[in-house]
Amino acid sequence: MSENNFEPRIIAFLCNWCTYTGADLAGTSRLQYPPNVRIIRLMCSGAVDPIYVLKADLAGADGILIGGCHPGDCHYQEGNYKERRRVVALKEILKGAGFDEDRIWIRWISASEGQRFAEAIREITTAMKEKGPNQTKSEWAV
Amino acid sequence: MRIRYPVENDDTLITLQGFLQKILSERIVDVLLVPMRTPSGTITPALVSDPEMLVHADPLAPVLPVNSATLAGQVSMSKPRPKVGAVLRSCEMRALVELVKFQQACLEDMVLISVDCAGTYGVPKYLKMAANSGISEENLWKNLFKTAIHDPEVGQEDLRQACKMCVQPVYDQAQIVIELLGSNFNEEIIITLPDDLGEKLGLNPVETGQREVVVEKLSKAHSTEREAEFASIRERMDGKENLTTIFAACIRCHNCMTVCPICYCKTCVFKSQVFEHEPMQYLVWTQQKGAYRMPADTMLFHLTRLNHMVLSCVGCGMCIEACPAELPVGTVFSVIGQQVQGVFNYLPGRNLDEKPPLVTFKADEWSEVGE
Repeated sequence: MSENNFEPRIIAFLCNWCTYTGADLAGTSRLQYPPNVRIIRLMCSGAVDPIYVLKADLAGADGILIGGCHPGDCHYQEGNYKERRRVVALKEILKGAGFDEDRIWIRWISASEGQRFAEAIREITTAMKEKGPNQTKSEWAV
Repeated sequence: MRIRYPVENDDTLITLQGFLQKILSERIVDVLLVPMRTPSGTITPALVSDPEMLVHADPLAPVLPVNSATLAGQVSMSKPRPKVGAVLRSCEMRALVELVKFQQACLEDMVLISVDCAGTYGVPKYLKMAANSGISEENLWKNLFKTAIHDPEVGQEDLRQACKMCVQPVYDQAQIVIELLGSNFNEEIIITLPDDLGEKLGLNPVETGQREVVVEKLSKAHSTEREAEFASIRERMDGKENLTTIFAACIRCHNCMTVCPICYCKTCVFKSQVFEHEPMQYLVWTQQKGAYRMPADTMLFHLTRLNHMVLSCVGCGMCIEACPAELPVGTVFSVIGQQVQGVFNYLPGRNLDEKPPLVTFKADEWSEVGE
């Protein structure tokens, strides 16, 4: 399934305080990472309603990243802890329903970890390239 | 205390009605929420304040038109409120426990009266059977209980799918438990109730032991049926195929959501403006895939509903009955529910003090997630 020229499209939901700022740092530091990611900034990873993730997945996104502050560092105290549970549940539901739960990623990346952000995007892009396109992309009757 | 309530005139139903009448006339509660037989012969939940009206009560009729947990919520959420005695089956009790956790019901002024269940028929099936003059109404429930007690492995083919797979036919945490599965119901009804109430009604405690054995055997037999059914559903969601295949015939009537006791939102997001898109948006989506199923977002609807309620799904199967396309909605939800609930070691309806997994968290869990 994996074609050499396949470029996965990754949707990233990043928290304003840590991971988005980390992505910003990666940019201002001129770090190189694959241009496959489309970033959506939210105030907190805890604000990522699973319905956003599902919508992206069913629309054909090849990878979905939720980025937040490290556990214990949430600027709203516990948003990332709650999101972690939601993602655990969501992945389990997707697996149970026969969808590919491994397209959903979660990464804790702080504002000072530009390097870690660039690495995460490289890792996800490589993994999704190997996996090939999300089959929902060609499913019109969903 | 556990008491023995003798059956009068060989009629278990009239005896049970008599017991409920005492609860009303002794002012234990202001009203009873109880299944009643309408003048047309159908069964519906109703509120009853007049003990005389309980001659129409029929908690034994083997049919569950709605999950009454929602109704118990309606009459309990705000003060002032009546003191309600809720006569419910196990699946309704468990749904009610979940609704309490979501602040959609309050048990403060409620007396829970649980009735052991030997399974129910779907409404059309029940009406057909009840209209069949060959089977008396009494025999309808008695046959089910006889099978449940003596031949649980044989089962009853025509029961609702959810009932055939039900592994929790009793709910023992209620204040009053009508223990039909442990009763020789032609002669007696065994009832567990608070000591003061038992004394007030002038009843003497008894020892009885066979119910636990019966319930265990019944649950085990149903568990076998359940695992077989689950396996066949899982096979159809193995990754090569997914939920889209099983739910392909969905007509998006949202009946499953309407009848679900756990889906409590006043306005579902799928009926809100969030899903009122601009016409040109549809063009974009259509051009992305070349064709676009309408109404849009059918799989998103089901996956979101799963995401919202599957951790609290009690498997009452109301959604199966409500689906005009006859999709195995409830069975699929039970399959996935079992799996997700297992991850959080959560069993809906088990304990009022257990928080639903998604409203709580621990700092030191799933540390591998996110690294």
